[in-house]
Amino acid sequence: MKKNKQKELKINRRELLAGSASLGVIALSSKVGYSKETNPNNLPPNVPEWTGELGEGVDANPYGMPSEFENNVIRRNVEWLTASTESSVNFTPIQDLEGIVTPNGLCFERHHGGVSIINPKDYRLMINGLVDREMIFTLDDLKRFPQTNKFYFLECAANGGMEWKGSQLNGCQYTFGMVHNVQYTGVKLSDIILETGLKPKAKWVLAEGSDSSGMTRSIPIEKILDDCMIAWAMNGEALRSEQGYPARLVVPGWEGNMWVKWLRRLEFGDMPYMTREETSKYTDLLPDGKARMFTWVMDAKSVVTSPSPEKSILYKGIQQLRGLAWSGRGKIKRVDVSLDGGKNWQTAKLHDPVMSKSLARFTLPFEWNGQELLVQSRAIDETNYVQPTIHELQKLRGVNSIYHNNSIATWKVNKDGTVDNVRLG
Amino acid sequence: MFALVKKSLIFLVLLAIPNFIIAEERKFNLGKIATKREIAGWDIDVRPDGLGAPLGSGSAIKGEEVYAEQCASCHGDFGEGLDRWPELVGGEDSLDTHDPVKTTGSYWPYASTMYDYIYRAMPFGVAQSLTHDETYQVVAYLLYMNEIIDEDFVLNDKNIGKIKMPNVEGFLMPDPRPDIANVNGNPCMQNCNTPTKIIGKARDIDVTPEEEKS
Repeated sequence: MKKNKQKELKINRRELLAGSASLGVIALSSKVGYSKETNPNNLPPNVPEWTGELGEGVDANPYGMPSEFENNVIRRNVEWLTASTESSVNFTPIQDLEGIVTPNGLCFERHHGGVSIINPKDYRLMINGLVDREMIFTLDDLKRFPQTNKFYFLECAANGGMEWKGSQLNGCQYTFGMVHNVQYTGVKLSDIILETGLKPKAKWVLAEGSDSSGMTRSIPIEKILDDCMIAWAMNGEALRSEQGYPARLVVPGWEGNMWVKWLRRLEFGDMPYMTREETSKYTDLLPDGKARMFTWVMDAKSVVTSPSPEKSILYKGIQQLRGLAWSGRGKIKRVDVSLDGGKNWQTAKLHDPVMSKSLARFTLPFEWNGQELLVQSRAIDETNYVQPTIHELQKLRGVNSIYHNNSIATWKVNKDGTVDNVRLG
Repeated sequence: MFALVKKSLIFLVLLAIPNFIIAEERKFNLGKIATKREIAGWDIDVRPDGLGAPLGSGSAIKGEEVYAEQCASCHGDFGEGLDRWPELVGGEDSLDTHDPVKTTGSYWPYASTMYDYIYRAMPFGVAQSLTHDETYQVVAYLLYMNEIIDEDFVLNDKNIGKIKMPNVEGFLMPDPRPDIANVNGNPCMQNCNTPTKIIGKARDIDVTPEEEKS
């Protein structure tokens, strides 16, 4: 967290807690020249400055953007993580989001060869291998298949990967932000296969992207026929380029790397292809030097998004704790919250809609009077899987497996309301 | 005139028959049949058994030159990896230590994956620019640097599926998850026995990016 922001928060909080009347709102916007301070001239009984003048007309913003005062709600990356920004990752600012829908421009990005820019007229999907008919589809062809609309979360298998050995990054965004949740519009692969036919020996599908990394992953045919889709829209509009425009693969509940963007080809075969991404990467190294392979499902997970390292508690009294929970195995059934490091738990409110393999929103009101808290959340999914502690995972998998860290995080609320990512032991 | 019409009719019928048959089998009649030439241009993957390996060959001796020109600026002259670019060589006996080094030699289970990945994605930013022979040469050079083949071994489409990589037995399947104990949906709610002492703080590690000053 920004140091001067923390300083600003501390000052403002002190004044607030002391009952200062002049600082009703704390604005955190840091980039544009808007005043961050409250202007008493805009407060009752005065007439605010925006009331005394006309605002912009309907032709000013053909594609609307968020309020300038929200310009701190952005994707962020960790520069030291990777060698180049073209093969790197940034993080969704989940601490600033409400509900369960991730706005398209805030969905985290993970690229292996940068963002490809593809004219949809030049888009082709090739299907070859063990099918009755090897075929090519245009984007218009895909849009003429029966349509499906589904909410799904997408989580990178390495979300939280920096936290295996200990608490390393002091941010909800950096430790849990490789996840997003949007409504996809597309076609089920089981419908496309009605067109190509399928040979009985076809057991695996190689999904291949057309970006500069030629991203490839092997997916078992059962999953392909179950719920995989090719999506061309997210949250009601065309996919963003950074999310695979004009078409990407959707592999519900499974690790994000398999959701091949800029999808150009599906090859059906009788064995896995053992691509770079499923051998040298996305395999989970255990303490004995062996590595788990093909660990596709994202296990149940949850996080308290506020309070969190970016979301200090600003006022004493009533608080609305907020968080997100998800499971690659189905619906979230329950989320518990602890304020004392996992000794005692209470069940949070789950908000509708709670959908399978989608983010679910939970809240819990609590009172804060300046005492230290150790805040945790624990998700339980419809298979009765209970989100584990980091110690449980470490006991089973050591600390070098990078991927699939779905453990419970601990946010320590300090006496001044600031929040730290801490490890208990 | 008649002959021309007849010829045209035959031509039309020949064109129409396969389409007609296919249309009956297809549910929506969308898309087109891919030609062999179209498929050949895009079907570049190579499987562990060598399926898909294109005609070509190369040895480490030739590969050294290609590597120096195309790969060394990021991966280092000896595959040691410069800056944060990946190491390609070494790391044997490191996988069960605190600091595992995962290279093509120590970790990658199949030589086919090296060919597949280098051809499709390398050099970084100039994907699919190496010839098939150059790709075999670079793979051979890396295998040689990792002491898996001799420097004069000629790697080709016939033998790439037969190279035995040191870590081929290093991977476990199927996925054993859920591997945790509590899958009964009834975790402890009150006075649970869990450690609550703070043993580490991200703030103390001090690697979290800071916002630029406004």
